[in-house]
This record gives sequence, structure tokens and C-alpha cells, in this order.
Amino acid sequence: MNAITDLLRKPAAASILSLLGVLAFYVIFGGVDLGNLLSAASWVNYAARIGIVAVAVGLLMTSGEIDISIGAMIPAGAMTTAIISGYYGLPIGFGILGALAVGVLVGLFNGILAVRTSVPTLIITLGTLVAMQGIVLAGSKLLTGAASVPLTAPEWAKTLFGQLMFGGSHQVLIIWWVAIAAVAWFVLHRTKYGNWIFAIGGDRESARNAGVPVDRTTIILFVLTATSASFVGMCNAILFNSAQVSGGMGDIFNIIVSVVVGGVLLTGGFGSVVGIFFGAITFAIVNKGIDFTAIDRNWSNLIIGVMLVVAVLLNENFRQMALKYVPRKKSQKSDVTP
Amino acid sequence: MADQTPILELQHVDKSFGPIDVLGDINLKVHAGEVLCLLGDNGAGKSTLIKTLAGVYTPTRGKILMDGKEVHFTRPRDAQEMGISTVHQFGGTFPLMSIGRSFFVGVEPTKGWGPFKVFDRKTANDVAVKAVQDFGITRIDDGDRLVGGLSGGERQSLAIARAVHFGARVLILDEPTAALGVKQASHVLRIVNEAKKRGLAVIFITHQVMHALAVGDHFAVLIRGRLAANFMKGEKSREEITDLMAGGEDMATLEAQIAGEDTELHSPAHVRASQAE
Repeated sequence: MNAITDLLRKPAAASILSLLGVLAFYVIFGGVDLGNLLSAASWVNYAARIGIVAVAVGLLMTSGEIDISIGAMIPAGAMTTAIISGYYGLPIGFGILGALAVGVLVGLFNGILAVRTSVPTLIITLGTLVAMQGIVLAGSKLLTGAASVPLTAPEWAKTLFGQLMFGGSHQVLIIWWVAIAAVAWFVLHRTKYGNWIFAIGGDRESARNAGVPVDRTTIILFVLTATSASFVGMCNAILFNSAQVSGGMGDIFNIIVSVVVGGVLLTGGFGSVVGIFFGAITFAIVNKGIDFTAIDRNWSNLIIGVMLVVAVLLNENFRQMALKYVPRKKSQKSDVTP
Repeated sequence: MADQTPILELQHVDKSFGPIDVLGDINLKVHAGEVLCLLGDNGAGKSTLIKTLAGVYTPTRGKILMDGKEVHFTRPRDAQEMGISTVHQFGGTFPLMSIGRSFFVGVEPTKGWGPFKVFDRKTANDVAVKAVQDFGITRIDDGDRLVGGLSGGERQSLAIARAVHFGARVLILDEPTAALGVKQASHVLRIVNEAKKRGLAVIFITHQVMHALAVGDHFAVLIRGRLAANFMKGEKSREEITDLMAGGEDMATLEAQIAGEDTELHSPAHVRASQAE
């Protein structure tokens, strides 16, 4: 009983409940075979793809900012790798570093604009999103004359970034996702840097006055979101042996929905990596798991919409519970009760 | 106390924003173990004055002295490092953080080694809870509770305890009782008294004369950016202070001015009505 109420006060509560709710819904109304669904690779692969970026975006949102340029950064990372190592035939190492460098540069650009100006980061990164879409398409046409570039990666790069594991269809990206989430969990919940992120999200000015390097932390978080997205793009290019120019608009909302379902407060100051992790799983199961049900997959967006609203309402309630929580007293003290 | 050097002293401080003079010729002294109540109506310049003390603004003219030596604050952090700490109306500014975590923002205690240095939650919670209990708020006994779940008075107390813990010598309390009920306000006043007993100089901003009289040793009334009165406890009655805050003699001059302009502007109706009040 105590364990349950403890869980409900955690930011991750709503995402875990949403996950259970969605699974129950699929089993009852979709006639899904749970064993089949859980051993399937499609949703895990998808969860890893959005989950890696969602972890970084979740940290950024906990600090009170948002980055939607991630949508353009996934194809940008893929195209950079494919153009450098596929079209120009340079060693894959250059392609990998190139993709990460593009992420760092765009992240720095977003971060520096965010701390130097008072323009909301939604607008700044909307600008970067559209600009990067243009750069990737025009750049690809200019350099290669095509919007799709083939790439053949050597064995070691495939092993590290883009192979299917155990002869099955689970991508190696899943391991990266779990590892990145574990590191992020440690940083956010166990180190002083995590405390800074929460403080910045709570009140930027007070955090600055308390001695937190607000600007530096914000810039680093923007670099992390952009780089995580270009990393995912790079892995995809290596896995699928090619990269295409695409808008990536769908990814933006999928990732942000995962983070919000995961219990991160849109205005910052509250959230958890466990929640974001389960948020990505929940989203992926709704989106990809619907193929395992008798339900027409066109309904999946309806389910996602409903789930988002329900999860946000639950988050709201659980946060109130967390605020009102007073531990039972070990000894009754009848002193001050202001 | 006249023989002591004041902790903080303002000499002929002016502050203007462009052509607008907000503060004019402010002279004030605050001693250790003394509560200075800064009274004044909205727009009288109280917040400009405390922001000048806290390093948010630099004075246009005049000097700020600490322990008799002139100091220059270019940013809030300078003032904080000298021991001037401001606690705002809503106290805990990180409502969704735990007591222990918010207490140590920016100065987190850590344990462990190298890259595995972790935030020492237990130490943070213990220190924070002890600091606030020392101020008489024994109801706070779990450092994992979220700040937003505390009552307004408890939050103020936590913020004051935090400032004192980190070595504040001058505590600036900006309307700490404004949003509180009678009972909660009395707890905050008790904490102000406790801080004073510990030898801190407290600058207490309020427009509630009762609260000021309950803890104040020294009173300063600001009217339109000028120091209209500066007196010690017992030198003026509550009625006189209330009068001063409402504008006092200045108000009479103002009324006369309004009446004078009234005839020139040919818009007498509503001005007369307000004058009659």
C-alpha cells in the first residue's frame, strides 16, 4: 500500500499507468497476444529511436526550455553521414564525427541564442528546424544531386551503431537507448548537475542568484538534444545503408508526447528519467503495437491523443499529491504549526 | 548603538532611471542585531531601495558602506558574497523541489569520488531540517517534502533559515507577511526576532504598521523616493506612523495641488469627489 502511494507521487507514475492502461486496452479490445507483442521488435526499435532523443529533450524540458529542431536533426545526422562516407567515400569515422559535429553546432546555436536573447526557445528552435530542413535538402541537392544517398558502412560501424542483434530484428540502438537513459538518470537524480537542472526549471533567476551556472547548463542541454537527434539519424543511415531527406515533423511531436506522458512538466522544474523512459515505451506500444491487434491502425492517433490528455491530467493530480504529502510523524510534536 | 559602526550604511544615495529620479538623497544606517522597518506606500521607492542594496541596481550617486568601508555591487552575487541576502515575498522559489534539494541549490553537498560524485541527499536533508528547526519551526521534520507543500509561513522561515545558514549578515525581507494570515504572519515575525537575536541586521519591508511595530527597532518611511522620516522605536505613536505612511503632511500639499490644478483643467467633478473622501 505504502509502495503504491509512494509510486503515485513520483513523476513517472502517469507513464507507468498509461502503459498498463494501453496494454489492457489492447488485450481486451484488440485481442492481442501479450507474449507476441512483448517479444516483437518493431515497437522496441521505435521506442529506442524516439527514446534516445526523448531523454535529452526531457532533461531540457525539466530545465524549462524546449527544442523542436530535433525533428530536422535526425535526417540531418543521417544525411551528413551518408554524404561524407557514402557519396564522398571518406572513412565512416568522418561520417560519424561529421553527424555529431552538426548536432553540436546546431545545439550551440540554439543554446547561445536562448541565453542571449529573450526570444522563447519554441520560436528559436522553430527557426532552426525550418532552416535545417532547407539546408539539408538544398545541401544534398547541391552536393549529390539527389535527395537520397546510399551508404555502405564497414563491419565495426555496423556492430556499434546499426546492426540487428542476436540474428533477430532488434536494433543495437536499443542498447544505446538503455545506456543513455541510465547515464541521464544518474546525472539528473544523483548529481549536483541534476539539482541545477531542476532549479533552473523552477526559477531561472533564483537559480542564477544561488550560484548555478544557468547559461552554461542551458547551452549544454541544447547541445545534448541536437546531438542525440543527429546520433539517431547517423545510426539509422548505417543500419539502412542509406539516408533520405525528410521533414521529420512526425518525430518532433512523438518525442514531445513521450516526454509529456513521461511526467515532465512543460514549464520545467519537475520530471524524471524513469518517466521519460516509460513514456517512450508507452508511445511506441500505442503506435507500433496496434499492428498486433484487431484494431485498424488508423485509430492509433486517436489513442495517442486520448492517452496524452489522460496522462497530463493524471500528472497534474499526482503532482498535487506530491505537494500535499506530509510524512506521518514519528513523535507527535505540538509546537509551531504555521 | 551610536558608538558602533553600522553594518550597512547609505550616504546620499540617489537612483535615477534616465530622467526619472526614483530615490533622492537617502541616508540610512543599519546595525547588527537591529530590525529596520522600511515603510512606504506602493511606488514610494521601497523596492528600488532594496534592489540597490542587493546589488541589482547600482546607485546613480552616493555611497554604500559596509562596516564603514565603501562597497560597489555590480551584480546580486557581489552583495550576497558580502552577506546581504534578500528573501522575497513567496520565500521558497523552487516549489517542486524537496526541502533538502532546494536548500542547497548551487552549493550541493556531494559524496563519492571523481565522476561518481553523488548529491548527498541525507546530509542535505539533515542540515536543512536542522537549520529550520533551530528557528522554532519543528513541524518541518522531513527534508524530502516538497517546498510547494509548505505553508506560506513555513516557506518564509525556510528561506530565512537558508540565508542565515549561508552566512547572511544583513537580511532583506521583502513584504514577508503581505500574503499571510494573522497566525502565519506572527510566526514569521518570531523568526525575524530570532534572526535579530542572533546578531543579524534585518531590513524588513512592509506596509502593515502593526507588523512593523511588533518587531522594529528603527523605522524609515519613504515617500516618493525621499526619506520622509527616520526614527527609533518609541519616538512616534502608531497613529503618527500610519499618518506618515498614508502620505502625512505631503498628502496635504498634494491635495492642495490637486485642488489648484483642478480649476485650471476644468475637470472638477471626479477630482472634487476624491478630495472629499
